[in-house]
Amino acid sequence: MGTFIDFISLSDPTSRYVIIGIILLTINASLVGSFAFLRKKSLIGDAVAHSVLPGICLAFLLFQTKNLFILLGGAAITGWLSILSIDLITAHSRIKADAAIGIALSVFFALGIVLLTIIQNSAIASQSGLDHFLFGKAASITRDDVRYFAIVTLIITAVIIIFYKPFKLISFNQDFAVSIGLPVRFYEFILSIITVMSIAVGIQAVGVVLMAALLITPAAAARYWTNDLRIMLILAVVVSAIGGVGGAYISYSATNMPTGPWIIVIISCIAFLSFAFAPNRGIVSKMWIQYQNRKQILLENILKAFYHVGEKDNSFLEMRKPEDILNRREFSFSKLSEGLNKLKRKGLLEKQNNEWKLSSEGLSEAKRIIRLHRLWELYLTQYLNIAEDHVHDDAEAIEHVLTPEIEAQLEKLLDFPSTDPHGKEIIY
Amino acid sequence: MIIQVENPALEVHDMTVSYDRRPVLWGVDFSIPKGHLTCVLGPNGSGKTTLIKAIMDLVPKNSGYAKIFDQDIDDVRDKVSYIPQRGSVDWDFPASVMDVVLMGRYKKNNIFNRISRTDRINAEIALEKVGMKAFAKRQISQLSGGQQQRVFIARALAQEAEFYLMDEPFAGVDAATENAILNLLKEMKDEGKTILLIHHDIQTAYDYFDWFVFLNTRLIASGPKETVFSEKTLSDTYGGKLSLLTTVGELLKEKKLPVRE
Ligand SMILES: Nc1ncnc2c1ncn2[C@@H]1O[C@H](COP(=O)(O)OP(=O)(O)OP(=O)(O)O)[C@@H](O)[C@H]1O
Ligand SMILES: [Mg+2]
Repeated sequence: MGTFIDFISLSDPTSRYVIIGIILLTINASLVGSFAFLRKKSLIGDAVAHSVLPGICLAFLLFQTKNLFILLGGAAITGWLSILSIDLITAHSRIKADAAIGIALSVFFALGIVLLTIIQNSAIASQSGLDHFLFGKAASITRDDVRYFAIVTLIITAVIIIFYKPFKLISFNQDFAVSIGLPVRFYEFILSIITVMSIAVGIQAVGVVLMAALLITPAAAARYWTNDLRIMLILAVVVSAIGGVGGAYISYSATNMPTGPWIIVIISCIAFLSFAFAPNRGIVSKMWIQYQNRKQILLENILKAFYHVGEKDNSFLEMRKPEDILNRREFSFSKLSEGLNKLKRKGLLEKQNNEWKLSSEGLSEAKRIIRLHRLWELYLTQYLNIAEDHVHDDAEAIEHVLTPEIEAQLEKLLDFPSTDPHGKEIIY
Repeated sequence: MIIQVENPALEVHDMTVSYDRRPVLWGVDFSIPKGHLTCVLGPNGSGKTTLIKAIMDLVPKNSGYAKIFDQDIDDVRDKVSYIPQRGSVDWDFPASVMDVVLMGRYKKNNIFNRISRTDRINAEIALEKVGMKAFAKRQISQLSGGQQQRVFIARALAQEAEFYLMDEPFAGVDAATENAILNLLKEMKDEGKTILLIHHDIQTAYDYFDWFVFLNTRLIASGPKETVFSEKTLSDTYGGKLSLLTTVGELLKEKKLPVRE
């Protein structure tokens, strides 16, 4: 517990810069990544991330310094070159974008690894630590680094606020943006500049290999929770900042735990939970809706069965045994007793000594469903010319869906008929 | 038969466009009059979408040019509205119906401004016209195909343009909506707007449009309905008599020869 308090109160000066630095990095990456995600250009981020490595190595070889500003300059240049080469390849050859991205990524990354090996085998004294850019080493973020990161975050946030409308438009419908005469190439240029900037600083924390995940995963997670682009951007920032702080805490409290991979693990967990639990879009909520539907259908079918039994001896409010119901319609025994109890709780059935009867509300509910069923059968035979012996199965499903408005329409359309196609009575 | 007009709304001059060296529009040359409803007819893959994109300068041309109101497209973009094919965008984008219609109000000179009250009112009127006002707050992924199409039309209306280029605005639209939109187009025509659209149903095209462009890679015919609409034009357009041109096109692609020197 002590470590946790130390951690969040930012009292430890070295971890203070690490945490602030990581938060800044994750803000950059998730903002820029959201647009890459929406423009279906997720893979470009991956290519750029891998392509910054040779730039870092070259800058180091040329200037013999580990000054972050210079290294990031080199990173930006080769990152930018990779975007250019992808554009050139797709524009002037038959190679499609995905293949062009693959080519650029591997060529630049291979070059980076070659340079890195040369540097490590050389006699340059200060070379140790460059390989941090491969997998990231957030713990080495210093006060000066944080200053650079803050400037980059400021620039990126300002650009996104200023260019929000055009960025939104080109993400949704680029052709339309061109058609009204907007300088789309320029907006794309701005977007790629901030992409390169965010990647160049982001690899400090997670390294070139995991950078794409830091860009895209927060956006993918945020998309599950909202249909509003502004909120999506904010959520993406929140998700990735949680991942960032969480990763930093784990590596702070447990020895020898890497920060970058933990950041990605946490963000991915949030993405996975969103995928499972987000309202409407998540799979759990979809399953829940299906479960509710099945339950409703079961209850309505039981009510109908009571009514049908009643129709036989023309007394609807008799006490019935579960067997009477099962004789009329097939239910699994456990489902039936579950349904009976639920209906009792809803006040639609009454129970005495293991015998059941419809309550007056239950009877009118049963009548309503039967009426819908029969109206629908009549509608199918009269308006869609479907044979009488083919309409039952359809009505069996549709009766659970029809709303009171549609019922009113049907009644009007069919002029309040008194019998269904099979000659059974329709009661109002 | 190609009927050229004086003082046209749109002039397409000797236009050739190819993808990957294979020409999909070949020496297309026609003009259409102002204040008319023009329909472009042609089978799938005949280059209709490409024609509209080339007019809007969205794809590069090998040769030729298009002029609207006798001006370069770049000089008249604020008078021209373009409705892309519905399938060309991702409808799962996080935006509401209102957001999309408001995009019709984006202009070069207001793109960095906040959306104004007039913009909102205009967008609402446009939604009202296509019968989608009740859906203003709806997320666009929750719309049916026909409703998406109506949103696109509303966005075009919000642009308040003079010239409308519409790529299959009736695709996936039910008969009642199609009728409503066709009547809307007629109203716009009566206000003096020029409309050129791509349509696949020959019958309704015949009933509602007064000027026709028949296209199948090359221009088959262009002119007023009475003059150009005939069995022969239709069979020239839709019949498979293209083989020679197609073969030459494939050859250009194979041999990597340019379609224009
Ligand atoms: N981006 C592209 N790259 C390569 N070929 C393309 C591209 N877009 C279209 N084509 C080809 O160009 C030809 C004309 O396409 P276009 O979309 O203009 O046809 P269309 O008349 O609009 O067809 P549809 O009725 O199906 O919409 C087609 O053969 C198509 O395969
Ligand atoms: Mg088309």
